[in-house]
Amino acid sequence: MIMVENLRYAYPNGNEVLHGVNLNIGDGEFVAIMGENGAGKTTLVKTFNGLLKPTGGKVLIDDVETRKTSVATLARSVGLVFQNPDHQLFCETVRDEVAYSLRNFGYPPDVIERRVRGILETLDLMPYVDSSPFMLSGGERKRVALASVLVWNPKHIVLDEPTIGQDYQQKDRLRNFIVQLNTQQKTVVVVTHDVEFIAECRPRVILLSGGRIIADGKAEEILTDKALTEKASLIRPQISLLFSSVANLPRDVIDVFSAKAVINSAIRRRT
Amino acid sequence: MSMRIFEGFKFTKLQTPIHLMDPRAKFIMIMVVFVISLLFTNVLILTVIFLAQLPLVWLGRSMRRWGGSMKGGFLLAGLIFFMNLITGSTFTYSLAMTIRFLALLSSFSIFFMTTSPDDLGLALEQAHVPYSLCFTFTTAVRLVPTMAVDAQTVIDAQRSRGLELDKGNLLKRIRNYIPILIPLIVSAIRRSVELAEALESRAFGLSSKRQPLIVLEMKASDYLVVVVSLLLLSLAGWASLYAQLPSIEIPLQLPRFW
Amino acid sequence: MPIIDIKDLSFSYAGTTRPSLSNVNLEVKKGEFVIVTGPSGCGKTTLCRCLNGLVPNFYAGELTGEVLVCGLNAQRQPTSVLSHHVGFVFQNPENQLFSLTVERDVAFGPENLGLSRDETRRRVEWALEVTGIGGLRDRAPYELSGGQQQRVALASVLAMEPEIMVLDEPTSFLDPRSSREILGVVAKLNRDLGITVVLVEHRLDLATRHCSRIVVLDKGTVVLDGPPKDVYGRQAHLIGIGVPKVTLLFHLLKQDGVEIEKIPVTVEEAEAELRGILTH
Repeated sequence: MIMVENLRYAYPNGNEVLHGVNLNIGDGEFVAIMGENGAGKTTLVKTFNGLLKPTGGKVLIDDVETRKTSVATLARSVGLVFQNPDHQLFCETVRDEVAYSLRNFGYPPDVIERRVRGILETLDLMPYVDSSPFMLSGGERKRVALASVLVWNPKHIVLDEPTIGQDYQQKDRLRNFIVQLNTQQKTVVVVTHDVEFIAECRPRVILLSGGRIIADGKAEEILTDKALTEKASLIRPQISLLFSSVANLPRDVIDVFSAKAVINSAIRRRT
Repeated sequence: MSMRIFEGFKFTKLQTPIHLMDPRAKFIMIMVVFVISLLFTNVLILTVIFLAQLPLVWLGRSMRRWGGSMKGGFLLAGLIFFMNLITGSTFTYSLAMTIRFLALLSSFSIFFMTTSPDDLGLALEQAHVPYSLCFTFTTAVRLVPTMAVDAQTVIDAQRSRGLELDKGNLLKRIRNYIPILIPLIVSAIRRSVELAEALESRAFGLSSKRQPLIVLEMKASDYLVVVVSLLLLSLAGWASLYAQLPSIEIPLQLPRFW
Repeated sequence: MPIIDIKDLSFSYAGTTRPSLSNVNLEVKKGEFVIVTGPSGCGKTTLCRCLNGLVPNFYAGELTGEVLVCGLNAQRQPTSVLSHHVGFVFQNPENQLFSLTVERDVAFGPENLGLSRDETRRRVEWALEVTGIGGLRDRAPYELSGGQQQRVALASVLAMEPEIMVLDEPTSFLDPRSSREILGVVAKLNRDLGITVVLVEHRLDLATRHCSRIVVLDKGTVVLDGPPKDVYGRQAHLIGIGVPKVTLLFHLLKQDGVEIEKIPVTVEEAEAELRGILTH
């Protein structure tokens, strides 16, 4: 469980970016943290694995306070996948890159070999196992970065802006993969401002604006709220915009398939 | 701790008389302080030179960061003091050398804290330094904070994968910096390529006759600063050669033990 | 005569065997607003680079075919000359801003062109006004939000008075509202100043309303080219591009047998179509 109590964070120069955040994320939940650029989303998730220590309040990961715990220890249960894979790739082969974390955590070589192979197969990266990560395309590098975090099987997985620079098909695959992760009882936290992406998988949405949580609840309720989305510099999903302007349609539909079902039954009722 | 020393050289935009001074006048002023510091070995005079900069720091509203850079340079200053003592100089002389170092550090700190790299580049350009050099200089300065952010991100990303920078023997610690250096270098190269593309797209280098939009113009106050600085320099020059200067001797000495 | 005329263009980057562009033919008329899209790796960025000479001058490789831009042969002119005619806005705002004030950044291009101080001043004022950032002129670009930075980039490019603006995924790093705003500014430049726009975008939900034409690339070739209603009508979502959700919705309804008069490409069109269906 990720427990955040009255969390405040201020940079060393005194600039406070989180002003008292309270939230609980239960094991196995699927949560999207959304908000405008600069709202504090990345800062917030960096407190989950101890990279940033609270300057006020506290953060508890599985009942352990992050303030007194090292990043290396917390990282074992909280895997944070950064936005730009180029900020971490450094090995000669994809195999080494993915094995890096396991070596840091002290796993024995045979376990490392097995786990690396496993995650590379899951993410369709086996063809590149001996390639240099620098030679891969942008999307492939993103998958390698993801593999290098998933390989140690952390209980909680945080993805920071995973959809930036991805095309439609890549986002689709990513979304399916995230949902699959979640069915394996992993807590999944996605930091994003991609409303349409979230609309199609409808997790719990936590809306952050100006360093404070301004909403926390169902995607269908929050992403259809005009005032809230505007405050967080988001745009409501197209389906929501569409339904809100036509009378007698439910106001909490945001994904295409539900929309189709609603319209089909509305047509049937008329005939 | 040694990072604080860089804080004292970072430019912040403020509207103080020191900030608004033409960079060329400011440079002359700072160089005069520099040269005067080198002219004297008298501990009292050097202390005066050091303290005389405080009003400048105060006018430039940079007391806190200047203090940071002084604290950061403390280690180096201490080293200078002890090196002088150990090689046989008197206590007074060693102290004088330390104060001279701090005076020099301080003068450059004031200069860089109150002068924007753009203005520096412009000053160089107006001094007929080739434009490509001026641009290289300003861009390098502009990129320092950006690279610092990159470096922090890389460190964060690798720590999130279990990298522990403060564990292990010396050799291991050095090796631990490879996962930080490589992504940083790759990042820097990628960034340079993007910058170069953008430069090409903005016709960089097309015309050798650039007329910059903003031109540095010396105001009356700037000329005054130059005149006063040069006067002080002449005065100091004369004093160092001919005047009888008050001095003190602190009779402390390290016992010779070699 | 089209302002952009690409004939049988093929290009492979140096050191690669697979071509990034294969026999691309494309004509763009003056004043058009064209969206170029396609799955990752389809060649859209390479195509943009061909328009202002970055390919093949900056990015070496084998190029066959012809690219004529404003009557000039884009392969034989250096990028600095082409930049008079083709302005380029890149994805990452951070790496295309050079100065410590917005004003100086916008002046950078005209200064490089060797213009007189008065002419530079005139252009800077005009560019700042048209992009609506006059109030930011003394601010440092790195202090600004991503959306503001992209506006500065736009103004900087505009100050060179190009006839064509090429933008390569300018909304990549922006949040939805900033994305919508910047696309609005680009559309205004196209509408009011007649600047031809070539916009590479994934966010078709936001960009479609502004364009007159969509070109879809896949594996280096043009697979679809036409007005949005034609391109989206032809199962474009199967190629792997993100058609607007409302378009996808009506495709699915049509598949279910619902009578659709016109597949909508914007929310407004969808509203009209939906009301039509429900009040039959």
